[in-house]
Amino acid sequence: MKQLIKSVAVLLGADPKKPAPDDFSPEARTLHAEQRADKSRIAAIHAEIAHKAQNKIPEKWRRRRWTVLILVNLLFVVSFQLDIQMLEGALTGSRFVGFHMADLNSALQVMLAYKVVVINLMIGTTTVLIMWWLLGGRTFCSWVCPYHLLAEWAEMAHDYLAKKKIVKDHPFDRRVRTFFWIVFAVLAFVTGYTVFETISPTGILSRALIYGPGIALAWVVTLLLFEIFYSKRAWCRYACPIGLTYGLVGAVSPLKVTYNLSKCFHEAECKKVCEVPHVLDVVVKGRATEVDLFIGADCTHCGRCVDACPTHSLNLEFKGLGQLLK
Amino acid sequence: MAKPKKTTRGKQKARRQFLRTVVLGVGVVGASLLGYIPVIGRWRERVRPPGALKEHEFLAACIKCGQCVQVCPVNAIKLADMDEGFGIGAPYVDTRSQACDFSCDGLQCVLACPTGALTHHINYSHETEMAIARVVNEKQCLAMMGEGFNGPARGMAFKGKLRYEDVDRWNPIRVSEYPYELELCDLCVRQCPIEIRIAQCEAGKPPSGDENQCPPQHAIKLETIASEDGIVRKRPVILEGCVGCGVCEMICPPEPAVIVMDSKESRGMTA
Repeated sequence: MKQLIKSVAVLLGADPKKPAPDDFSPEARTLHAEQRADKSRIAAIHAEIAHKAQNKIPEKWRRRRWTVLILVNLLFVVSFQLDIQMLEGALTGSRFVGFHMADLNSALQVMLAYKVVVINLMIGTTTVLIMWWLLGGRTFCSWVCPYHLLAEWAEMAHDYLAKKKIVKDHPFDRRVRTFFWIVFAVLAFVTGYTVFETISPTGILSRALIYGPGIALAWVVTLLLFEIFYSKRAWCRYACPIGLTYGLVGAVSPLKVTYNLSKCFHEAECKKVCEVPHVLDVVVKGRATEVDLFIGADCTHCGRCVDACPTHSLNLEFKGLGQLLK
Repeated sequence: MAKPKKTTRGKQKARRQFLRTVVLGVGVVGASLLGYIPVIGRWRERVRPPGALKEHEFLAACIKCGQCVQVCPVNAIKLADMDEGFGIGAPYVDTRSQACDFSCDGLQCVLACPTGALTHHINYSHETEMAIARVVNEKQCLAMMGEGFNGPARGMAFKGKLRYEDVDRWNPIRVSEYPYELELCDLCVRQCPIEIRIAQCEAGKPPSGDENQCPPQHAIKLETIASEDGIVRKRPVILEGCVGCGVCEMICPPEPAVIVMDSKESRGMTA
C-alpha cells in the first residue's frame, strides 16, 4: 500500500523521497550493508563495466515494441484504406471487429463536455479501461501511441546533439502535468468543448495516418522540434494528460517492471535510457526498501531499462504469472 | 541523498525551472484555447453529417474518431483540420463536392457514431436536419432561363458520386458517368433523395416495403413562371421537407451553384 501511494505521488509529480531508516525490511537492510564489503561483487562490477564498454545496449524490447506500435497503427490504416474493417476509427475511438473501444482521456473529455454518456461510449470506455488495467496503463504510451515513436526519434536526435554540446536539456517541474490534467478536465466541463483534443498530438497523428495529413501536423512538428532543441521528451514527461490518465489506471495493474535488489550493481544504466527516470529512483544505492520491488505507475513498460540492465535486475512481469514475458 | 543545500546557484536553478514551467503551462493551455477563436468567430459554417446534434453539443459529444467517415458509401464525410479550432477532427459534409445522397438507406454514420454526437434517435433520411437548401443564384438557373441540359451534370472531371436506382441501387456511380438529356433542366428535383423516395412510396414501392421510409413532406419543387415570350420557365422552390443533404447543390450544373446549403439556422438535432 505504501508503495502504491508513493508510486501515485511520483506519477502526479512529487519528487521521489529517500526512505526513512525504519522503512527498510531486514533483508533489504542486510543486502545494502553487505554490498559495501563484498569483494567478489566489486570484481563482478568491474568485469561488467568492461563488457559493457564493448557492447551496445540490446534492442530486444525496443524491437518488439516498435513492431507492435507500427502494426496497431497500420491496422487502423488498412482497415479503412483497404476496407478490411478490422479496427475502424482512430485512436480516440474505434471498433475492433465490432467491439467499441474509446480512448480513456478522449472519452473523459467527451463525458465532461457533453455531460451525457451513451451506452456505446460506456461500453467502449469500460473495455479499454479493463484492457489497459491488465496491460499496465501507460503501456499504451510506449506500445501504441504514434507520437511516442516520433518522440523517441526526437529523443535520439536530442541525445546526439546534447553529446555534441549543441543542445542542453531544460527540465520542467513534473507537477505541471497534473496541472494540465485538471485544467483540461475543467475546461472541457466549463466550456463544453473537448479543448485538449485540439492540441493532442496522439489524436492528430492517428487521424493524419488514417484519413490523410493536414495542417495540424505543423503542431506535432513544433512539439518535436521543442523536444529536440530545448527539452528532452517534454510532451510525454511533463504535458500529456493522456499519459496521466493511463498512469492512474496502471497504478494497480498486474503488469509491472520489477526490480531485484540482490542482483543490482547500482550503475544506473537503466536511468540513462528511461523516458521517465524518476520512476527508477529505487535503483539508487540505498533506496530500495525491499529486495523485490515494482517500478511506479509513471513507467510506460517500454522495456528499455530491461534491455539496458546488464545484471537482469529489472524485468517485465505479470503478477501471478511470473516472468512469462521473457 | 540528503536535501541539497540551497546554494544561491541551486536556488537560481530552481527558480529558473519554476519560471520555465509557468511559461510551459501558460503556453500549452493558451495554445489549446486558441481553438476557441474559429468556433466563436464561426469561421466555417459546416454541414454536419445526418443526425448531428446542435453545433455546440455536437462538438462536445464528438470524440473525433472518424468512424462515420469510414462507413459512408459515397465518402461524403470529411474531418475538419486544426484551422477549425475545437472542431478539429469533427466530421462535415462538403455538399458541393460530395453530398450525402442516403445511398446507405440506414444512416450508417449515425449507427457508427460511438458517442451519440450523431444522435441515435433517428432512423430515416427524412428525419435528418443537416441544413436548409437556399436558392441564391437564381439568375443562372437553367430552368429559370428555360434551358435544358445535356451531358454529365458537373463535367467529366467531377468526382462526386450518386446513387442511380436504375443503374444499381447498392452501388453509387460517378455523376460524370451518367449523362443527362433534359429539355428543361430539373436536376435538383429529379435527383433529390427525398423526392425520389416520395415517388417510390407513391408507386407503392417503399424500400424493403417499409412505409416508415416514406417522407411526410416534399422537399423541393419546380414552379412554373408566367412568361410572355412563350418559353417554359420554372423556378426551384425549397419546401418544408428539405433535410439539407446537398444533392441539389452537388448536381446543379452552373458555377457557382444556384442552390447552396445553409447550415446557420435550422441545423442539428436536440438530444
